[in-house]
Amino acid sequence: MSGWRAHTGMATALDIENVDTDQLIPARFMSTPRAKGYGRFLLYDLRFESDGVPRQEFPLNRHPHVSILVARRNFGSGSSREAAVYALSDFGIRAVIAPSFGDIFAANCINNGLLPAEVGEDAGAGLIHTLGDGQAQLTLNIDTRTITVGDRSIAFTLSEAAARKLINGWDDVDLTEHHRPAIAAYRARRATLQPWAFPAGDTAE
Amino acid sequence: MTTLLDRLWDAHEIVRSDEGRSLLWVDRHLVHEGSHHAFAKLSARGAPVAEPGLTFGVADHYAPTRGPAASPDIARMIETLEKNAAEHGVTCFGLNDPRQGIVHVIGPEQGLTLPGLLITCGDSHTSTHGAFGALAFGIGATEVAHVLATQTVWQTRPKSMRITVTGQLMPGVGAKDLALAWIAKLGAGGAQGHAIEYAGAVVRGLSMEGRMTLCNLSIEGGARFGMVAPDETTFAYVEERPFAPEGHALDRAKAHWATLRSDADAVFDRDVTIDAAEIAPIVTWGTSPEDALPVTAKVPSPKGADAGRVAATLDYMGLVPGRALTDVQIDQVFIGSCTNARIEDLRAAAAVLAGRRAKVPGLVSPGSQQVKAQAEAEGLDRIFTKAGLDWVGAGCSMCVAMNGDSVSPGKRCASTTNRNFRGRQGRGARTHLMSPAMVAAAAVTGHLTDVRPLLDGRDAA
Ligand code: SF4
Repeated sequence: MSGWRAHTGMATALDIENVDTDQLIPARFMSTPRAKGYGRFLLYDLRFESDGVPRQEFPLNRHPHVSILVARRNFGSGSSREAAVYALSDFGIRAVIAPSFGDIFAANCINNGLLPAEVGEDAGAGLIHTLGDGQAQLTLNIDTRTITVGDRSIAFTLSEAAARKLINGWDDVDLTEHHRPAIAAYRARRATLQPWAFPAGDTAE
Repeated sequence: MTTLLDRLWDAHEIVRSDEGRSLLWVDRHLVHEGSHHAFAKLSARGAPVAEPGLTFGVADHYAPTRGPAASPDIARMIETLEKNAAEHGVTCFGLNDPRQGIVHVIGPEQGLTLPGLLITCGDSHTSTHGAFGALAFGIGATEVAHVLATQTVWQTRPKSMRITVTGQLMPGVGAKDLALAWIAKLGAGGAQGHAIEYAGAVVRGLSMEGRMTLCNLSIEGGARFGMVAPDETTFAYVEERPFAPEGHALDRAKAHWATLRSDADAVFDRDVTIDAAEIAPIVTWGTSPEDALPVTAKVPSPKGADAGRVAATLDYMGLVPGRALTDVQIDQVFIGSCTNARIEDLRAAAAVLAGRRAKVPGLVSPGSQQVKAQAEAEGLDRIFTKAGLDWVGAGCSMCVAMNGDSVSPGKRCASTTNRNFRGRQGRGARTHLMSPAMVAAAAVTGHLTDVRPLLDGRDAA
């Protein structure tokens, strides 16, 4: 995965609170292999009628080429399904701006190069107001943690660890390889001091 | 000064990065059908499972509850899990294994879940296992692949939060009501970024089943972790489980487990107290677990800052503002899920249903094959079927509607599950969350109902 520092793209508003991961991708689509693409499943039951006809008024149907989504509080709450991030990512979304995110969802975003930009409740509401049911160009900068819209600049929060991962595009497994000796030493110590921590019948040695 | 969270965290930390992330050792890793993405990532790297002996698989999300798999896609999901497990030498509780059931039911049941362990699973309700005083949390597919490859996980230490429950629960009120009550109070994102430790006399008085229900629902209030310090109740549950330590190892374990608690002077980032006496049986009316009210209340009216959301929610749910919640007619019931399908939950529902008929159809899906066998030994299955409900196999079933068990569009279901999200139980489904006893009461009357009068002269189990 390649890292990134800044992104300029079109944004639209999804003026809904508590957009949970069941809505981001309904469970019935989750047996699909990733290679087949998840973009078409994004927010499926909100985007499409039950007969599959797109709901014209839905923001992502009006503005299918946006790469930034602005939403309300508690975005991505619920299930740990990483498929919710695959759906966003495969649709072309690079960043979601909201006042708060589900913890597991936010971690999944970072692992897939998607930025969960946390803004104040008022700043988020202001941005949603600015966008209305239209779209506008935004620039997000991870180094400075700022969102630029026109001549306005809004601050967002992101932990240093998350920022570094996004910028470097690291895969944690590569990083962890360097710690193999420490992991082996930990395991040996645990097996000696807390043998009960290994399932009965399994050899802790 | 140390919290239980810090004790467990420090005991599992292998290294800490300069930006503050911890590399943690994983004692148990549980996988299910949904872990196919992670196994695919692993094979893309050509990596083996680092610790097959600490990894356990189970078929639950797609497990059929009646007859064969509902579609070839569903059958393929289960086969893929069994194939991945076999390829990597991982023990798997497949459909024909008597140990099969919902991952958060069978972990404790098999003694895989123990105090002091760090447990991960690609499922947000992994917080359930925290009921044993374990550090247990849900992870995404990339993290599952990382655990498979290294038996470790990178995490930033969450903030600490204590929810102390004082007083005494009223009859007919249990762990599910307690959980929904705090989520309604703090909001569905109220505990984001925090690990919750549940404390106080009421929590001490809960059975392991009750503690699991409470910890299970932590994620519905935004917390990835929920836990209860272990005590004699915990030890008694764990002993003699198949994978639990025995003899000398058990003695050593117990000596260690007894130290797993927060110091009396420990300071939490957030401290919340709830009076149990104020909690009535609760039902949800909306599409977020925070939309919860005592069953004696009325459907809320859209007003104030939240008016737009409430109006949209009531529209989806087909509810009229100002009507009594107990006037809301239901179409069906579901008793099941990792929240409320353990033996104690089934007993509570059966206590209400015994000798009564359900006015609506419904499904009772025990949390595991063992729970099923136990319930049948106690005659609970006959109480359910005599009441007119279907007694089916073990799995996630109608909690997530992945196996084909679903609620039809526009239908209203009283459910013992954990999520009333739009479309969770099927596209257009309307879900009301409540305790097993409350679901049983709704089944008997055909509408949302206060269970308490129905318990008169009965042992509430
Ligand atoms: S029962 Fe429901 S919440 Fe629990 S693991 Fe299964 S799908 Fe998830």
